[in-house]
Amino acid sequence: MKKQAVGQSMDRVDGRLKVTGGARYFADHQPEGMLYAALVCSPISSGRITAIDATRALRAPGVADVVSHLNVPPIPGYKVENPNPKQGLKIFYDDRIYSNGQPVAIVVANTLERAVYAATLVKVTYAQEVHQTDMAGSIDKAFQNKNMKDYQRGEADAWKKAPVSLEAEYNIPIEVHNPMELAGIIAHWETPDKLTLYAKTQGVKSVQQSLKTLFQLPESQITVHSQFVGGAFGMALRIWPMEVATIIAARKIRKPIKLVLTRKDMFTLVGYRPAAKQRIGIGATADGKLTGITHEAIANTSPYEDFTEAIVNMSRMMYACPNVNTHYQLVSLNLSTPVWMRGPGEATGAFALESAIDELAHQLHMDPLQLRLINHADTDPEKNLPYSSKYLKEAYEMGAAKIGWQQRSQTPGKLEENGWLVGYGMSSGVFGAGRGRATASATLKADGSLVIRSAAADIGPGTATAMVQIAADATGIDVKKIKFLLGESEYPEAPRQGGSSTVSTVGSAVNDVCRNLQQKLGELATANIPAFKDLKVENIQHEDGQLVAGNTRLDYAAVLQQQQLPELMVTTTSQAGDERKQYAMYSFSVHFTKVHVHPATGVVRIKHIVSVADSGTVVNTKTARSQMIGGVVGGIGMALTEEALIDHRFGRYVNNNYADYHVPVNADTPPTDVLFINKKDPVINPMGAKGMGEIALIGFAAAVSNAVFNATGKRVRDLPITPDKLI
Amino acid sequence: MNQFSYVRPASQQAAIDAITRDSSARFIAGGTNLLDLMKNGVLAPEKLVDINRLPLRNITLNNNILHIGALTLNSEVAAHPLIKTHHPLLSQALLAGASQQLRNMATTGGNMMQRTRCSYFYDTTMPCNKRTPGSGCGAIGGVNRMHAIFGASDQCIAVHPSDMCIALVALDATVLVAGPKGNRRIPFGEFHRLPGNTPDQDNNLGKGELITGIEIPHSPFTNHVYYLKVRDRASYAFALVSVAAALDISNNTIRDARLAMGGVAHKPWRLHEAEKTLIGKTPTVENFRIAATVATQSARTYQHNAFKVPMAQNSIVTALQKAAAV
Repeated sequence: MKKQAVGQSMDRVDGRLKVTGGARYFADHQPEGMLYAALVCSPISSGRITAIDATRALRAPGVADVVSHLNVPPIPGYKVENPNPKQGLKIFYDDRIYSNGQPVAIVVANTLERAVYAATLVKVTYAQEVHQTDMAGSIDKAFQNKNMKDYQRGEADAWKKAPVSLEAEYNIPIEVHNPMELAGIIAHWETPDKLTLYAKTQGVKSVQQSLKTLFQLPESQITVHSQFVGGAFGMALRIWPMEVATIIAARKIRKPIKLVLTRKDMFTLVGYRPAAKQRIGIGATADGKLTGITHEAIANTSPYEDFTEAIVNMSRMMYACPNVNTHYQLVSLNLSTPVWMRGPGEATGAFALESAIDELAHQLHMDPLQLRLINHADTDPEKNLPYSSKYLKEAYEMGAAKIGWQQRSQTPGKLEENGWLVGYGMSSGVFGAGRGRATASATLKADGSLVIRSAAADIGPGTATAMVQIAADATGIDVKKIKFLLGESEYPEAPRQGGSSTVSTVGSAVNDVCRNLQQKLGELATANIPAFKDLKVENIQHEDGQLVAGNTRLDYAAVLQQQQLPELMVTTTSQAGDERKQYAMYSFSVHFTKVHVHPATGVVRIKHIVSVADSGTVVNTKTARSQMIGGVVGGIGMALTEEALIDHRFGRYVNNNYADYHVPVNADTPPTDVLFINKKDPVINPMGAKGMGEIALIGFAAAVSNAVFNATGKRVRDLPITPDKLI
Repeated sequence: MNQFSYVRPASQQAAIDAITRDSSARFIAGGTNLLDLMKNGVLAPEKLVDINRLPLRNITLNNNILHIGALTLNSEVAAHPLIKTHHPLLSQALLAGASQQLRNMATTGGNMMQRTRCSYFYDTTMPCNKRTPGSGCGAIGGVNRMHAIFGASDQCIAVHPSDMCIALVALDATVLVAGPKGNRRIPFGEFHRLPGNTPDQDNNLGKGELITGIEIPHSPFTNHVYYLKVRDRASYAFALVSVAAALDISNNTIRDARLAMGGVAHKPWRLHEAEKTLIGKTPTVENFRIAATVATQSARTYQHNAFKVPMAQNSIVTALQKAAAV
């Protein structure tokens, strides 16, 4: 038998392409006759456009057109009656301005430089109205929509009666995804009713679906290409108004058009992690048994859409606590709509909950690891179901040993190294282990090679590599002879890459299509090949890419060759079954950090990180490790450096560039030990793999703030922990 | 970005002539700041005069005076043996600035000419007296966490962004300038300006004048020096505050001292009064604290930057401790 491919540290199948420039990202494409677009964006935050004078722009060299609400051709989807007033920003629909940076016109020219210059010549006048971008000023207008349900188990606010309790408020600012690759799109109407797109997206099919409605075209008339994505973290989970603007302009001008956002526009046009104000009340008995948790959150959204996420959900299920109640509200601000950002709401919530656990442990004079162990949930307290798998206790143990947790002082401010205060901190993370529905096709060629296709995405984790490994184990075909193709809307349906579920969902389809391919090969063999003729299909064994019956072995390729078939294709849809009703399925993470805090300057340096993932079978230890490190770096940003600053007088971002919005750099990133439980989940899917992308970040910020408290005795509840907060 | 013409003169005189003829013309060397400003519409020169062909890229030591040509790259200066031997403070300051990629492009003269990183200066929709005199100061009453605590005016509270210049003002460097009226020398401390009522003028260069180099006099500050930069991330971030500290210590007595700060004022902020408190004293934390208190006496803070006063004091003490190795 061949060595199992799943679990190996295999190089990325597209690694060479990526490091040699061979990988083509959306902006690398160049349809013939392509023009370039630049956006004109609103400098006011609320009001109306009273006039747009594009005369000078239209006269500038190379300019093809300036499209705005004044001259946009009718958009069929805009006419669809929708009783919900919050139906998103309909770009170029009317004169209304909802937020600063909202596009009011798109300028198209034959070079990028000309488009950018001409955009500065478009004169727009506005009637300004009062805006609100500061959550603090709008808290009294917080609301719940009908999808936002309060949760209560046992008694509400039971923490107030506990022998030991605390109540604290935790704030996170707006964080912006800021992947290296800028967002944008190339739109090409090949005929008036046939649209081809080169997109930056986490789901080619979802782009197709969104546009199908908007332009009232059959799916077959919309082709979306997105084979490589240079980082997305959630910002490419949906189609944005700027993409629609480009498609509208391309339709009007009848030429392919490319739009690539500026870094500044990345703050206003492609979502962000919303600001959140959270309050936790937590209580326990004197020996550390939790008796009550109350978790309330208010996060911002835009004026025209309600964006909600699972901010308070972790508090419902993480600990065995009899009394839990949660309450979650939104505040509409004159900002664009937020979107999931890695870890999404769970990361926001985990900062509050896991900080509060640490604060409670301090009050109890108890090791916070001990407090977590005392309150470990052996079954899911929210769903009242057993876990499909949970190795959180092992994860705590592994992480504590690796970081040297026993060196931690229970009393803050006691340890010092070379003039720096030393602190240790920890936290837990949890995220639902999902499995959706996906379809894959498998094409076996007469030369024995296998090509699998599914409209999945790869925003960086190494999707194709993992799928090749799964297919190799399912078929016994060598990894070198297998290709996995993704990122094309013409491929079989796959969901968006988000919520840590691609391996589970698409991997299951890959596994299942390979099984069906084997079944088909068995059928062919028993029908036509003498050595297998008397056998039942189910009695044929499969080994190393061969059919096996007793001493007879036949290569898959030989089956095709003998039948003179150039190829054999099988398509299979795969989805979860009733097991999801019988088990609670979660991935867990544990983060440990050791930090240095400079007592005079307040500078925090993370010296060592240990992150442990309980995510079931690890398909590829190399890419999984990279994925964990990537999440941890995002967590460093959330904890220490990232904050989108708005001047509320203008409703405008003031640090909307890479120099002033501080994404962590290598110097902020210490040695990170990534440890895996790597035990198969027996229920979730054929591979036993749970998700990993989100748990890499969830909880991390609390592990840092808890370590900072341990080093200094100062509790920072407002992220990021910049030096001024420790002076 | 607007359309502009581009010339690359072969001689210093031709460069000066080219810029004198055209009121909106700008010199360009590394372009690490100018191009950003042009892309953002902050500056719209009609002509760029590329000076990269001028023979101003050198580091020499004559009669104990160190000369650095204006086109010498920041990375070259930082790594040069003469600098590391004679003026290690300058090397440290340079390495604290920007990133290696930027230092490989940025020049000595260009570093001195870089504009403030104030957000309001960069955003052409915002008020800014430095960019558009008379439009107001966006930072006063706005987001001013990064802004000045010394020497600001009600017209402008922006800070000078360079690290290199903080070391140079501490080392009593001299700026060498050539212009239509000939050559002149400007003491480094008089090169940059405070905002006053003319925040649009960063420095005292005259029309058509070109920085050709700098000179650093012989200094005793070769051992006890330290450049401390406090910032929001470990690299590639502008200073919240920075301190250039240099001590000449013998027999446990401070013979001479230099202190300057970055991130706190519209110009590299030399702390003459604080220096005086150190001379003749022993290098102790108590004496450093006295200097730090004197250094921050004239501080004035705004809504978001009050932390800079204690941070400045602590940073002065820390930098002096590091310099003195106590």
